[in-house]
Amino acid sequence: MLKINNLHASVEQKEILKGLNLDIKPGEVHAIMGPNGAGKSTLGFILSGREGYEVSEGQVEFNGEDLLDMAIEERARKGLFLAFQYPVEIPGVSNMAFMKESVNAIREQRGETPLTATEFLKKAKEACKQVQLSLDFLKRGVNEGFSGGEKKRNEIMQMILLEPSLCILDESDSGLDIDALQVVANGVNSQRDGKRSFIIITHYQRLLDYIKPDYVHILANGKVVKSGDASLATDVEKEGYAFLGQDNAEETNA
Amino acid sequence: MSEQLDQALSRKYDAGFVSDIESETFPPGLDEDVIRRISAMKEEPEWMLEWRLRAYNNWLDMEEPDWAHVHYPKIDFNAISYYSAPKSMADKPQSLDEVDPELLRTYEKLGIPLYEQEMLAGVAVDAVFDSVSVVTTYRAKLEEAGVIFCPISEAVHKYPELVKKYLGSVVPRSDNYFAALNSAVFTDGSFVYIPKGVRCPMELSTYFRINEENTGQFERTLIVAEEGSHVSYLEGCTAPQRDENQLHAAVVELVVMDDAQIKYSTVQNWYPGDENGKGGIYNFVTKRAICHTNAKVSWTQVETGSAITWKYPSCILKGDNSVGEFYSVALTRGRQQADTGTKMIHLGKNTKSTIISKGISAGNSNNTYRGLVSMGAKAEGARNFTQCDSLLIGDRCGAHTFPYIESRNPSAIVEHEATTSKVSDDQMFLCQQRGLDPEKAVSMIVNGFCKEVFKELPMEFAVEAGKLLEISLEGSIG
Ligand SMILES: Nc1ncnc2c1ncn2[C@@H]1O[C@H](COP(=O)(O)OP(=O)(O)O)[C@@H](O)[C@H]1O
Ligand SMILES: [Mg+2]
Repeated sequence: MLKINNLHASVEQKEILKGLNLDIKPGEVHAIMGPNGAGKSTLGFILSGREGYEVSEGQVEFNGEDLLDMAIEERARKGLFLAFQYPVEIPGVSNMAFMKESVNAIREQRGETPLTATEFLKKAKEACKQVQLSLDFLKRGVNEGFSGGEKKRNEIMQMILLEPSLCILDESDSGLDIDALQVVANGVNSQRDGKRSFIIITHYQRLLDYIKPDYVHILANGKVVKSGDASLATDVEKEGYAFLGQDNAEETNA
Repeated sequence: MSEQLDQALSRKYDAGFVSDIESETFPPGLDEDVIRRISAMKEEPEWMLEWRLRAYNNWLDMEEPDWAHVHYPKIDFNAISYYSAPKSMADKPQSLDEVDPELLRTYEKLGIPLYEQEMLAGVAVDAVFDSVSVVTTYRAKLEEAGVIFCPISEAVHKYPELVKKYLGSVVPRSDNYFAALNSAVFTDGSFVYIPKGVRCPMELSTYFRINEENTGQFERTLIVAEEGSHVSYLEGCTAPQRDENQLHAAVVELVVMDDAQIKYSTVQNWYPGDENGKGGIYNFVTKRAICHTNAKVSWTQVETGSAITWKYPSCILKGDNSVGEFYSVALTRGRQQADTGTKMIHLGKNTKSTIISKGISAGNSNNTYRGLVSMGAKAEGARNFTQCDSLLIGDRCGAHTFPYIESRNPSAIVEHEATTSKVSDDQMFLCQQRGLDPEKAVSMIVNGFCKEVFKELPMEFAVEAGKLLEISLEGSIG
């Protein structure tokens, strides 16, 4: 499904990823942990094609195709979804109109007919219910005036609606209280169907209590420095990232 | 990203085609003789000719204004032709079947079928082509309600008392340079009269099309809403894509009697010129309403076209409790320049006005809001609220806001809010990550920004306006 081979990437001429490897098969859940500033969000942006992030070396294969060669929207239409760490507001554009456009762009790619307003509304209502957002949120502007937790739940709502094949969740747990965390986790778990794959980026082990990963990778200094099963996350929780050495242990960057 | 946006914004102008129609066009030039000939072409009564000639003399004494934030080479008023009409219109077709099919096709191509059965139900259209009205639909139905909706050239003949009484009563002949010019040479436009207590049974709309080369369009619209009456009116406009600039100088007058309401919406899509600023319409327009007691006027405009827009739809809130509203979206791109806004003149007690202006600038364009709120000495308890938002796309465009506030009454309240924002990389990325292409992304963001104004447009036209913005923002993306 996703094969990352020796990925080197930089932002503003600063090398952030320094030879990253990752192999994700259909249906797998991979957690990526690591100290602040390790390059976790950068990885999500590189995979989704955000401008300003330059790949200098390495390949990424997504369902047998060269991912890095595709435009942002093409990646999205082919099933790659990124839940943002900091979702941005689009004032005046209703969540509903936005998501209808989005769902139909992706359906078109799959050769499916566009959903009518009624069909879409039905699905959207169900998705809202799953993440416990009231229907008012469909009418409101995209993320406009949403609280931090509402923004995160809105991201999961979008993920549910778009039915992607690869979901990258960038700190979807940060800033959530325990109830909201559970809502987000349930939303994700409901989408695990044995085929859909997940990359769960998180700073804390907490989320992984609710979403059981198949693999855990520790990202530090632009590389995967350690991989293991779910128990690795528990170790990190106990010992922190200290074992990585002084250089990587600072937790200053956002 | 700004490169990508530029591509997304590269212009495509759907209405830019030229219709092959044989026309009778005056040679360029302006003098008394030309005005006499226009008047003769329209077989006007003597009083109308005199009115025009007085306006012409006013104009000769006036100077072209230069206070607006727009730059253009001096207009050579003698290089313009002041009259052009399709030849087939010379013997005044009595029904649509007698109208030149090429003319009908032109409107059809613009999405304005003139056969009543094909039209948007409930919208009556007056189609003005260059200097003449081609056809006005649904007249019989309107007449039943007592509503007059006809070309102004016809009203001069059929309703001379009404025209004499109201023409120039809101925008006097000598009001300003372009209004004086219009008064001297206006060729056609619409006349609307809604009798006392009547709610006009359908939307009225006028569609202006410039076709001939080197021709100016000088239309004149006069709407009179008698006591307690209601009407919603919409105007649309397009022109072919040409390398020369063409002048459009219109005057619109609204008379709103006690308890009456007029909703006046404009979707302006004159040819804006190419990305280097070649060609395009110079749009100098004077629009004004006079509101009597408890009367209400809403001006809603969506301005996406023209090389230069100079336009300030205004309300004179003369009667107590009268209400004026101005909702505007002005989009400029390429080398377009827009200087637009409104004037709210509060004279009566407890008069209220609302101004919502949304300026969107892209490319190398300049977008200026200019608004005056004046509270007269007798405007006890008057209120104004102004909100002026600018959205920048890219970093080579300009947005400017010039609010003027005059208050001679201490009890009057004026509120002004202004914001400037940009279409951000983050917003674009979010949209694209959700599968939208960059063009769709920009148009969504821009549409969201304009929402408060679009919701003021009549339903069918809100959709149109949204689409128009989309087309204006459309381009090829690699
Ligand atoms: N746009 C940018 N310009 C400059 N540096 C950046 C930019 N984005 C990220 N970085 C830097 O890249 C490094 C990795 O950031 P990020 O991927 O956000 O880390 P994480 O998500 O693991 O906390 C940090 O040192 C950060 O400051
Ligand atoms: Mg991060």
